Amino acid sequence: MNQFIPRGTSKISARGLNVHYGDKQALHDIDLDIPAGEVTALIGPSGCGKSTFLRCINRMNDMVDGAKVTGSLTLDGSDVYDRQLDVVQLRARVGMVFQKPNPFPKSIYDNVAYGPRIHGLARDQAELDEIVMNSLEKAGLLAEVESRLSESGTSLSGGQQQRLCIARAIAVAPEVILMDEPCSALDPIATAKVEELIDELRDNYTIVIVTHSMQQAARVSQRTAFFHLGKLIEVGGTEEIFTNPREPLTQGYITGRFG
Amino acid sequence: MQTVTLAALLLLLSSLAFQMGRKRAFAVASGHPGTLHSLPGYYGWWVALWCGLPAFAILAVWLMFEPSLIRALVIADLPEAMRQLPAERIDVIINEVRNAAQGHATANPDFAAAAEHYNRLQQTGFAAAVAVTVTLALAGATFAYRRVHAELRARPRVERIINVFLVASSTVAIFTTVGIVLSLLFEAMRFFHMVDFVDFLFGLSWSPQMSTRSDQVGSTGAFGMVPLLTGTMLISAISMVVALPLGLFSAIYMSEYAQPRIRAIAKPALEILAGIPTVVFGFFAVVTVAPVIRSIGGAFGLNVAAESALAAGFVMGITLIPLISSLSDDVITAVPQSLREGAFGLGATRSETIVQVVLPAALPGIVGGVLLAVSRAIGETMIVVMAAGLSAKLTANPLEAVTTVTVQIVTLLVGDTEFDSPKTLAAFALGLMLFAITLGLNVIALHIVQKYREKYD
Repeated sequence: MNQFIPRGTSKISARGLNVHYGDKQALHDIDLDIPAGEVTALIGPSGCGKSTFLRCINRMNDMVDGAKVTGSLTLDGSDVYDRQLDVVQLRARVGMVFQKPNPFPKSIYDNVAYGPRIHGLARDQAELDEIVMNSLEKAGLLAEVESRLSESGTSLSGGQQQRLCIARAIAVAPEVILMDEPCSALDPIATAKVEELIDELRDNYTIVIVTHSMQQAARVSQRTAFFHLGKLIEVGGTEEIFTNPREPLTQGYITGRFG
Repeated sequence: MQTVTLAALLLLLSSLAFQMGRKRAFAVASGHPGTLHSLPGYYGWWVALWCGLPAFAILAVWLMFEPSLIRALVIADLPEAMRQLPAERIDVIINEVRNAAQGHATANPDFAAAAEHYNRLQQTGFAAAVAVTVTLALAGATFAYRRVHAELRARPRVERIINVFLVASSTVAIFTTVGIVLSLLFEAMRFFHMVDFVDFLFGLSWSPQMSTRSDQVGSTGAFGMVPLLTGTMLISAISMVVALPLGLFSAIYMSEYAQPRIRAIAKPALEILAGIPTVVFGFFAVVTVAPVIRSIGGAFGLNVAAESALAAGFVMGITLIPLISSLSDDVITAVPQSLREGAFGLGATRSETIVQVVLPAALPGIVGGVLLAVSRAIGETMIVVMAAGLSAKLTANPLEAVTTVTVQIVTLLVGDTEFDSPKTLAAFALGLMLFAITLGLNVIALHIVQKYREKYD
């Protein structure tokens, strides 16, 4: 799975993206490029639209009643909201890790094997075993669970559950991994492990992470986008955003004046 | 009527006591309610309870013992000849006296005199009750009123009384259950003195008709419950074959696919089904379903009985749809949305998500609901009485008439019954068995549901 990712080319790009939930407009005219092979952090106060933007990329917003998306959002140059596009295939290319660890009430093995099974990625049991082991290894969980793969995924600790969910997402061999505040339910040690993992994963995947923690954004991301009230205020290199922001709003948020 | 008036009077006194207690609390606090231990209302409640509780307790005791007391006094006053009569005759006389006391004419002057005595006693008794309870109410209120002061811990006291009241209420329900079980148990034990327990449990023949007199020619009766049990199982199984898929599929549709607008209409519509009395379903089974099954069976050259297990089971299954669907709907809706998102996020389709993630997660709850439905099916009476028939046949053919445990209980107890023949007592033994089976199922169901609940909290 060591696909070569040319750095700097844009994997996902949004142009004039608007999202409405019923009468309420959640995103206003977003223009944002997300480069391949990097970690892009989306930051901003609650309700600023960063999660909404994230959920546009794999069309999770489709399931929200009254959600309407206009403008263009492309993945490798092809429109994500094209009517011809199969959402199932899109989500196989764009994996997602959620705020709260949500392992299925199945065995650890079956949790990871779930995606490969529904997409028919393995020709036989041996190949499936290999995918599962590989994914657990990449998620840094293999050593901890190798001896108890048949135990329920819900029996793991919170941090282990979240890494299991990352393994589950990796198993489908996605190109992009979306993370919606993946550490907000974890303790500092588990958070550190997940952050370390994110750093390792960026060689092979394009990662977009929504986070409330500015330290986390600074630690794991190369690029940062700051959202406020449904608008994209500023985007740039993480170091630049945190040391020398152009916009006063960004300055105010990262120095903790509001948020 | 008089008693109701008295109770209303006591309630009125109590509410006055509440007002006075509250005012007293304000007065004691001299304008600073903050210095009181409890809120002023609690002092009101405290005085009101002191006023009402003892009085109502005495009233309840009085109501319990009044009839037997008056009866004893009236009997004591009857002419000597009447008093020597056997107990049953005295009962008849007392009834006659009561009728006379209510103004019905009587020919016997002794009865007229006794009736007058009866009325007098009742009036005196009531007057005494009024005097005692009202005095007690006033005394209680005065006692409590005098003791209202700032340090009085009124709230804990009132709450303790409320606590006792709540405990008493739940005890009543528990003791009722215990009482029912014990009465079943004792009557069933009498039955098992006459009929062997093993024969009853494993006997293959059921015909409870017995000769009532020793010189009559007739059967000695056979009490083997196996045919009844198989009939019950057969009908329950048929009903579950109908109810389980229909209920579960409608629950899946309601919880996963239906638009909110459709759900808002369809769900109550489905629940109307649960509100139809089972007796109505019973004649629906007899008048509509059974003839239809009969004619369809006839078209295929099958011989279908007029009362068939299939008709009863089918209609019973329909009555169980709302139960299964609403319980399943609840547990399916309770599966966290995050699990669905997790599956969707991996590229699962809606049906894959439901079959592979949502239903397995909801399965323990669904199993619990189904077991509850099975125990309802086993205990269901009205539909099977009307549609299943009475012949205790040992058969697995759904087109034949079978009978169930509940139907037999009804037939054994309807009409003239004598409580010392095994025929009647068999009903209690059957009831006990039925209770044991449904209790077992309910315990298992509750256990499974509970285990499931612990998982997501």
